[in-house]
Parts: sequence; structure tokens; C-alpha cells
Amino acid sequence: MSEAGAIALIFESGQEGRANRYFEQGKPLENFLPRQLLRDELPLPDNSELDVVRHFTRLSQRTFGIDLGFYPLGSCTMKYNPRVNDAIATRPEFAELHPYTPDDLAQGALAVMYELERSLSSLFGMAAFSLNPSAGAHAELGALLIAKKYFKERGETSRDKVIVPDTAHGTNPASAAMCGFKVISMPSNERGRVSVAEIRKVVGADTAVCMMTNPNTLGLFEEEIAAIAAVVHEAGGLMYYDGANANAIMGYTRPGDMGFDLMHLNTHKTFTIPHGGGGAGHGPLGVAAHLVDYLPTPVVVREESNFHLDFDRPKSIGPLRSFWSNFAHAVRALAYLYANGSEGLKRVSQLAVLNANYLRVKIAEFLETPYPEICRHEFVASAQRLKKQNGVRALDLAKALLDYGYMAPTMYFPLLVPECLMIEPTETESKETLDAFAEALAKIVQRAHTDPQALFDAPVTTVVGRVDETRAARQPDLRWRP
Amino acid sequence: MYAPHTERDVEQMLQTIGIASLDELLRVPAEIALKQKLDVVPALPEYLIQRRFAHLAAQNQGVEYRSFLGAGSYRHYVPPAIAALAMRGEFLTAYTPYQAEVSQGYLQAIYEWQTYICLLTGMDLADASVYDGATALAEAAIMALGASGRRKVLVSRAIHPNYRAVLRTYCDGLDVEVDEVAFARGGVTDYRLAAEMLATKEYAAIAIQSPNFLGNVEEPSSDLTQAASASGTIPIGVVAEALALAALAPPAAWGAQIVAGEAQSFGVAMAYGGPYVGFIAATEEHMRRIPGRLVGKTVDNAGRTAYVLTLQAREQHIRRERATSNICTNQAHCALIATIYLALLGKTGLRDAAALNLARSRELASAVANVAGIRLPYDAPFFNEFVADVGRPARDVLAGLRANRILGGVDLGRFYPELDSCILMTATELTTTGDIAALAGALKEILRVPAHV
Repeated sequence: MSEAGAIALIFESGQEGRANRYFEQGKPLENFLPRQLLRDELPLPDNSELDVVRHFTRLSQRTFGIDLGFYPLGSCTMKYNPRVNDAIATRPEFAELHPYTPDDLAQGALAVMYELERSLSSLFGMAAFSLNPSAGAHAELGALLIAKKYFKERGETSRDKVIVPDTAHGTNPASAAMCGFKVISMPSNERGRVSVAEIRKVVGADTAVCMMTNPNTLGLFEEEIAAIAAVVHEAGGLMYYDGANANAIMGYTRPGDMGFDLMHLNTHKTFTIPHGGGGAGHGPLGVAAHLVDYLPTPVVVREESNFHLDFDRPKSIGPLRSFWSNFAHAVRALAYLYANGSEGLKRVSQLAVLNANYLRVKIAEFLETPYPEICRHEFVASAQRLKKQNGVRALDLAKALLDYGYMAPTMYFPLLVPECLMIEPTETESKETLDAFAEALAKIVQRAHTDPQALFDAPVTTVVGRVDETRAARQPDLRWRP
Repeated sequence: MYAPHTERDVEQMLQTIGIASLDELLRVPAEIALKQKLDVVPALPEYLIQRRFAHLAAQNQGVEYRSFLGAGSYRHYVPPAIAALAMRGEFLTAYTPYQAEVSQGYLQAIYEWQTYICLLTGMDLADASVYDGATALAEAAIMALGASGRRKVLVSRAIHPNYRAVLRTYCDGLDVEVDEVAFARGGVTDYRLAAEMLATKEYAAIAIQSPNFLGNVEEPSSDLTQAASASGTIPIGVVAEALALAALAPPAAWGAQIVAGEAQSFGVAMAYGGPYVGFIAATEEHMRRIPGRLVGKTVDNAGRTAYVLTLQAREQHIRRERATSNICTNQAHCALIATIYLALLGKTGLRDAAALNLARSRELASAVANVAGIRLPYDAPFFNEFVADVGRPARDVLAGLRANRILGGVDLGRFYPELDSCILMTATELTTTGDIAALAGALKEILRVPAHV
């Protein structure tokens, strides 16, 4: 039994035989298969459709999404997800298309992929993109596999180091390790940037790839990026651009122009694909001309007015997933590009950066902002001073924000900023929303001085209070048992 | 561009920031500033975007054909209640549930997904999802490599060719060797050969898919399971058609310690290949090696039941280069869809769906086998797909069927050169008697004409 207030698990309700009639009654399975191949029991509950609808509707009401309120989760670009994109992606001609449909009967789908690929290549200054990877981390893996194969074919197998700044996303080193590379962490300077001097110290004949994001996870633009890329290239290494922060640069500069050889995008960030509670994502992988042959298979190619999937690419690293792409997401991303065009995308970046700086200035009035200068699409604030004064941590501020109906910012990342809150408002939020959020956060910080206990107890308006994570990890309960 | 700013807003905000213009705000060093015009699709108002995609959608004529395609992507009935629930904005527009207090609903749904996968596979635990069936196999192999310290894995050649290809891609990165064990004449893995190969004690894992890519249900021999156990090899069960789990003995029954699979069949659209939803389930001993997110049940500060992401010390954002996997974003929304599907169908609905798949595919097999010139090369039991040998290049026969607006199946010569006269045909609960009659009729016509050699 669940406690009052909790929602019973779907397994704790229902009665055997309370079936919904989606199908006619099937014959006993023994009619078709030998007994020893069949399972003995199938211990799943039978619930009426109404009970299932109520169950998941209630679960949805205990879930916070962008549709409910401001979602300033840094590096996640939680902007509005236009409903027209879903309407298009769920059209039966797209949703019911089998991946093994012959190319000539799937020309519309292939055209979508081709148009998206060409547009992204131009927008980010790459020779080509693969739409194969399922998410950003998946594309990172693909890119590092490309680097590994590229160096192997050049006989440069001693290149086994991947350089990652301390501001990098955690996926960067994890992806590098999956390709057998050793990870070299590089500190950023007092201005929160990677310096040419620092990169010179770590780059050498063993450098395979330098992975960077620009703007970085502090929201700061790496102005020396061209010089950094030159140092890496001089040493024979490749430059990789983590595109999680691409919302900040469109129409102003391109990874290709900055000197990057490989990159990924998170179309579920920059191009409004719904995150769906943690996926599915979609991580196009872009490469400069000298690496095109290594892209994962298949690649969409155009021959005159026809498109086809090309699997015959001898230098390719091979496929990264079962089928061609998270295609429904490619449809959404292309629909978003059509809603903007190149001028609209430039405006997107302008307003994303405008919103971030506006909120930064407002928040700097009452909270430390360790890098008080023009930022790009996001910025970091710190509760370090509050912690010293009142014991109030970033976590407490985050939990208190939940009581005001806001999603909390990203906490404790990047790792180099103590008591960090990383805030990314995105361009789809209005000035009024930003004003209200800043006002709420100001009240919370005020409260930290007068009544810190109130913040330690937050949140109090949610369906549960602070959750015992230690118990969850020490006594793992990962499933219901009959 | 979906931004709400008026010109007045922009001016006021620039003033607050203390900067003159947007261009100044976004300025980058001259040497990297964008110089050329961008070649992006043109901006259109919303009603014309819809029109543009209606035009593109109309060029996917394949959706109108009678289809016998399967091979890892299956056409099943999807109750409309799924979309009504899953497309609710609270689910659709949430991020990964880092803030548990405002994500209890999604966390509970994932906990339910983990439970459904355990119940279906017979395993002790399951993760919150991975990208798809192919990457699930790759991640499962990585678990086994980590557990055993060995550098080779053995896979049945009857595993989905795309899954094997993805496994190779991943293993190339890790400098791990992938060996294949052939399938025997009956269209199932050569268990005896596999057992011999395991005796070398070099393999971290042996992976077997059931039903396998040829549609046949695998029944690994006790010799093989004993060889696995004696050689310290971890058996991995692979599932590409998850609906089969409603009927067949779970992989745990033949000793699988890890199950890697694809759950697209549970209500997820075929969508030209994605997004789908992979799952990894395992026995208790592999808990700390499982990749990706896990949801656990715990209590809040008032002792109330609560759910939370747990065992995060395995994950990349904590562990960085020592993580069990680099996976971050997974396929949560597809897992939610599958969970709703399983809840709606329940035991009874799943059994009925499985029985219909078994019945229709047998109806199809018998109609096809009755066509002169066609032979069914395997007599192993199958779930909803099987191989038909048409006695001439499958490619030509499939082209002939296309002229009749029929997608007759997958040309196996594409993956197994020795099977270039074979077609993998699939029937599900949605396949009609009319579809089957049309296919059999067209095959008769096509095969009546002698093949030109």
C-alpha cells in the first residue's frame, strides 16, 4: 500500500481479465508454439483504459515541464517547443514509414534529411553532417571514433590524448574514454577562458583531439579560439566543438570559421525538439571536408532530383544506431528552420543572449556572479558568500525556487565554480517572466539572511519534500516486485 | 522564431545591461566573424510550413503500400490513448528529472517502465532506457567486458545485422574483437560450434537473439549454457521484437544474465527508424555496471514514498572518464510511450496481440509456401516473421511486388550473400487476409514467368 498522497503503482491496481478490447480474443498460444518455448506466466496487471488514463494524467500533474513555467536549466536550452513541429512529425506519412521502405518510395523523408543536413552545414560552417547519432553524447562518441580512425589511417596511432577544459560537459571525458583515449584536463584562467599559453602546455605529438564548447559552460565566449585551434592544428590534432551551446552564436560565427574540424549539435536544445523527460534527443555530427568520408553510415545523397541512402562508404566508422536517424526529430528540426530562416536564427541568438545578460544584471544586484562581464546565452551565479554567511547553499536556493513555480537552474556545474547556479533563460521568455524570476530569487536570497531554516526546509508546496537520495543509493529499490 | 520581444522590450533591456546594440552584445573577433550569406531553408509563415511538409509527406508513397516489412521495426496497433497521454505538455516538455520534488510523476513512470522490462525479461533490474536495440547490445557487451576483463565478444550471426554492425563500431573504439558464430542449417545459431568457441575462455560474452533475425525462435542447448558457465562467459539475450516476450519464455530461462533489446513494438511509431527505445536488463550482480539512468524508490523528509534518480556514481556527470557509459540523454519519452502501451494492453491484451501475430504470420507462411517456386527453408518455430526462398534473386521478386504496390519484405541477400534468393516476411495483427491474398497472388504471377538467368 502507498502512503496517503502517493499514487499507487500501476502494478498495485487492476484485476486479471479487466481487459481493453483492442483485439479479438487470441487462441491459446499452445496452438502455435511448442509448450517448452512458451513462458509460464506473464505477471502484468490488466487495467481499464479509464484507470490507465487517470493514472498517467495524475503522473503528468506531478511533472514540471516548460509548458508549466520558466525552466532556466543552464546548458539545456529549455525553450518553447512549438506544437506545429509535433503536428508535422506525427503525420502518418512520416510516422508510419518503415525504415526499410525502398528509397524511391521514401523520397519525402530523404528530402527532409537532405534539407536539414544542407542547412546545418551552412549554418555551422561544416562540409557535411550525419543525422545518425541519437543525442549529443552519441555524436561525441561518433566524432572521437572518426578521429581515432583518421589517425590510424595516417599511421599516427601514438595520438592517444584528448584535451578537455575544466568547464567541459561530463560527457566529453566519458566519450573519450569509450574510444580508448586518455583525458587531459586543462584549467581555465581567472577570466574563465582557455588561454593560448595553457593550451601550448598540454598540446603535443600525442594530442588527438581538443574538445571545447564556445561559448563555454560559464557562458563566456572564448575569444582566442582561432589561436587555440591554430596551436592544436600545428601539433597535428583535431578540434571538436561541443554544440550544446550553439544557441548563442547563430548568424555571428560558425564552428567551421573558428577552426573546428568536428562538432555536434543537440537539436533538442537549439532547434526546439521536446526533451520528453530526458530524450529522445537528436545529435547531428558535423565534419570538415577532410573527414567527410569517415561519417557514420548511412549518408543521404542527392543524385539529380533523387535522394538515396548511401551505405557503401568504405572509410566510414560504421553505423552508430539500429536505423538511420531519430527521423521524427529531424522533421521537427527542419520545421523549426523553416519557421526562422537564416535571419530568424540570427535573431534567436540575439534575443537568447539579450535575455541572459538582462537576467545576469538583475541577479547581480543580490547574488554573486563570479564573471561579471557580458555573457552569451547563459551565465553562472554562486551561493558561496551566502553559504559562508548563513549556511545556505546553491541547493537550497534551487529548492526554494521550486516553491515559486520555477524549475531550478543547473546546480554545481561547471565544477570550477563553488556553489554554482548555471542559468540559461533562452529567447522564448518575455521580459516580464525574467523580471518575476529575478524578483522571486531576490526574495529567496533575502530570506536566506533572515530565516535560513525556511530555505533548508524548501520545497514545501511540492507533492514530496526533499528526497532521501542516500537511502535510494544505499538500499537500491529499482523495481516493484509481485 | 517564437520570441516574445517587442522593440521596446529590446531597447529597455539593452539599457539595463548598459550596452548600445545587439550586435555589440554578440560581437566576436573579426577573424572568425561570419562573412558569407547562409544557405538555410527560407523562412515561412506557419500555414506554409504545414503546406511544405504536406508536399514532402506525399512523396512517401511507401506508407500506402501493403507491407510485409519487419526486421527490427514493426507495425503494430497503437491505441489513441497513448498519444493523448504521452503528448501532454508536462511529460513532453520536461527535462531529465534532476529535481525530484517536481518530477515525481515522470520518475514513477520510469520506475514502472523498469519494472515492466524486468517482468518481461525475467531479470532483476532494468535501466531507464538506452538509444535503441543496437546500442543496447553494444552497451551490454561493454558491461560484460568490464565484468570479465576480457577483450573479445562472441555474437550469433543470426543477430540483427545492424545490431552487429553497431557493436563493431563501438568495439573498434575500445579495440575489442567481435567474433561471429554461424547459424546452422535450421536457421538457428550453431550451438555446438558456439560451445566449442567458448572453451577458449577468451570471450567476455556470448550474445544470442530470439526470435533471431531470420524470425526463428532460439532455444540454446544446455551444452551451450553449460559451456558459457564453465568458461565464465556472460550470456546476453537480445530482443528485437519485444512483443514476442509476451509469448516466449524470457531470456532468463536459458541463462541470460543481461538482456539487451528494442521496445519499439510497444506503441512507438516506426517513423523511418526513430526515435525508438532500447532497454538493458540484468541480474542483480551487474547493478553497478549498468549504463545510463536508474530510478529508485525512497522516501522524502517526511517519510513519504518518493522516487529519485539513483546510483549516479556510475554516470558521466559524476564519474566523467570513469563512467560506465557516456550516455546522458536517453529515450525517456519513448519509454513512457511503451509503459503506457503495456499498461493499456495488460497481460490479456499482450497475449491476444501475440496470438494474433502468431496466427497471421502462419496464415501468411502457408499462403506463400503454396506458391509454386517458393520454399520455406527453415522449420524452426517462429513468432511473426519467417524466411521465404523464392528460388531466384529476391531483389527481382521484390521489384515485381512493388509494381503491385506491395512491399514484400526484406531482401536477405543485402545482409547474407548466400541468402540472396530469400525474403524475410513479417505479418502482425494489422496484416489482413486481403493483404495476404494480394501478396500470394502477385507472387504467383511473378514466379509464373521463368527467371531469366
